[in-house]
Amino acid sequence: MNFEFRAIYWRDMLKFFRFKSMLISSLIQPVMWLAFFGLAMSESFDQLTSMIPPIEGVQNVDYLSYMGAGIIAMDVLFSSLFGGTSLMFDKKYSLLRETLASPTPRFHIILGVGLSGVTKAFIQTAMIIGFGKLIGMDFFLGYTLTETLIAIAGIFLLVGIFTLGFLFLSGSIAITIENPEGMQSILTLLSMPLFFVSNALYPVDAFPAVLRFLSMFNPLTLLANGIRYFALGDNFSVMGIHYMYTPADISISFLGLLFFALTMLATSLWRFNKVDV
Amino acid sequence: MTANVIEVDSLEHSYGSVKAVDNISFTVKEGEIFSFLGPNGAGKSTVINILTTLRKIQKGEARVNGYDVARESKSVRKSIGIVFQMLCLDHEMTVCENLEYHGKIYSMPKKERKARIEELLKLTELENKRDTLAKDLSGGMKRRLELARGLMTKPAVLFLDEPTIGFDIQTRMRMWEYLREIKREGTTIFLTTHYMEEADQLSDRISIIDHGKIIVTGTANELKNKLGKDLIYLETGDNKTVAEILRAIGSVKTVTEDTKSLRVMIGEDVTHVLPQIIEKIRQAGIEITTINIKKPSMDDVFVHYTGHGLREGEPQEKYEGIEPMGVSE
Repeated sequence: MNFEFRAIYWRDMLKFFRFKSMLISSLIQPVMWLAFFGLAMSESFDQLTSMIPPIEGVQNVDYLSYMGAGIIAMDVLFSSLFGGTSLMFDKKYSLLRETLASPTPRFHIILGVGLSGVTKAFIQTAMIIGFGKLIGMDFFLGYTLTETLIAIAGIFLLVGIFTLGFLFLSGSIAITIENPEGMQSILTLLSMPLFFVSNALYPVDAFPAVLRFLSMFNPLTLLANGIRYFALGDNFSVMGIHYMYTPADISISFLGLLFFALTMLATSLWRFNKVDV
Repeated sequence: MTANVIEVDSLEHSYGSVKAVDNISFTVKEGEIFSFLGPNGAGKSTVINILTTLRKIQKGEARVNGYDVARESKSVRKSIGIVFQMLCLDHEMTVCENLEYHGKIYSMPKKERKARIEELLKLTELENKRDTLAKDLSGGMKRRLELARGLMTKPAVLFLDEPTIGFDIQTRMRMWEYLREIKREGTTIFLTTHYMEEADQLSDRISIIDHGKIIVTGTANELKNKLGKDLIYLETGDNKTVAEILRAIGSVKTVTEDTKSLRVMIGEDVTHVLPQIIEKIRQAGIEITTINIKKPSMDDVFVHYTGHGLREGEPQEKYEGIEPMGVSE
């Protein structure tokens, strides 16, 4: 068994903590999402939907808590989708040459970069949950300590798989594309439908049928559903819409994300094995 | 008899319809410094990339440290160190961290890694720069760090692609010192260069490569001696006639006419031939304006074998290559 991926991981983390601007912005970004976007949106949504009577016998959840799950998903989506950019610069400035010329299998490079991305995503997720609780997000309401820990583990597991998937995707693009501008525009193009055709920030129930259908396959929807299941329970209502998650739903989230991550892994392996130094 | 660390047989490589490497064969012996000397675009980097398994071999065979570069690329990679033509250090990491990373991706155990880093910092005189970020090093130091990195895994052979390109002569000469020291420690070195002095001063053997072909291989002295023992540089009132007169003299090997001068290659000791040459030109009634004698340099060797200068069209870095007698080696 080889452990070269640990070297890649080590270097990535070393630089993550060394570049203070990178470290601080990645810590502040999730807080900003919640503080500005979250509070502003939840106030307006709660005002608009205050007339809708809550559904009898079901725990009603405010929009901030509903959206908090989506914010986690959004935040890790953006940081992992753009996470591969560093690989492109490494390639552009020949930094990758040393690693590509070594006996390290390409898979280890991808895995190392992926794992460092997961670490960063975990830090951000923890930041959102922590700060969210502080400003009144109703995560893990009425949970026992054990239930809370299981819920957190579940969230982190889903976030981990999701992040790996998007980092593999981002890495594949980075290793294929030659110039930063091209990379930037592809990522922006990708993030648009991912961002909007999902239930991360708002329910999809009122979507046109086509968009609603598409949103079911969006990894972002799968992740947001999973986080909501773990953080808010399997039976709640928000803005008059009744949410019920069955074990099948949560399995779909897991398997869907796993399938996505493995497909992206295969793609990135294919791209990385084509790279010429 | 020493073993061959590199064996290359009938290597060919094309980019589209352009043949970059054309039927090259050579061997590098254990413990020697072997140079590929040639102009940019001669195919030097392609050969180095094939030998270091960075480029797939198209035609021919190559073995490094006994391993086939096509079939045993992983073993080849473990046996070699590389210093690339372009600087490729991680500027945001310190000297130590750069070496540490290299040891890690080659799966060196921690203890061995630490010990080797100390050895190499000492060898490359970077001991008091260990915690300096690579971006804060001078150009020469960066190159030395790359050298140290290439040696991290105690490779059987160290590949250097244009190791001193763009450096001033002092930095270059220091670099040569380090390379000689590395050779003394038993590492085989394969380098490419387009600096005559580098090939001349550093190498045990040199292959002159041009248009993807090896033109000639030998030690610096062998190559120079093949040209003749001495070279006379002449400027006269009528170069054309003088050339004809000189060609008739038995000990004159070749006469090359320039726009304003003549290069006369002598097969034996020039001291006996010179009076005769001067006498014959005088008899023809032609005036000699300049006369100069020197040993053939690598420049002369290169021009002789390839029919052109190494940096044609570029400003000459060195003076015309004429030294007063006695000063040259």
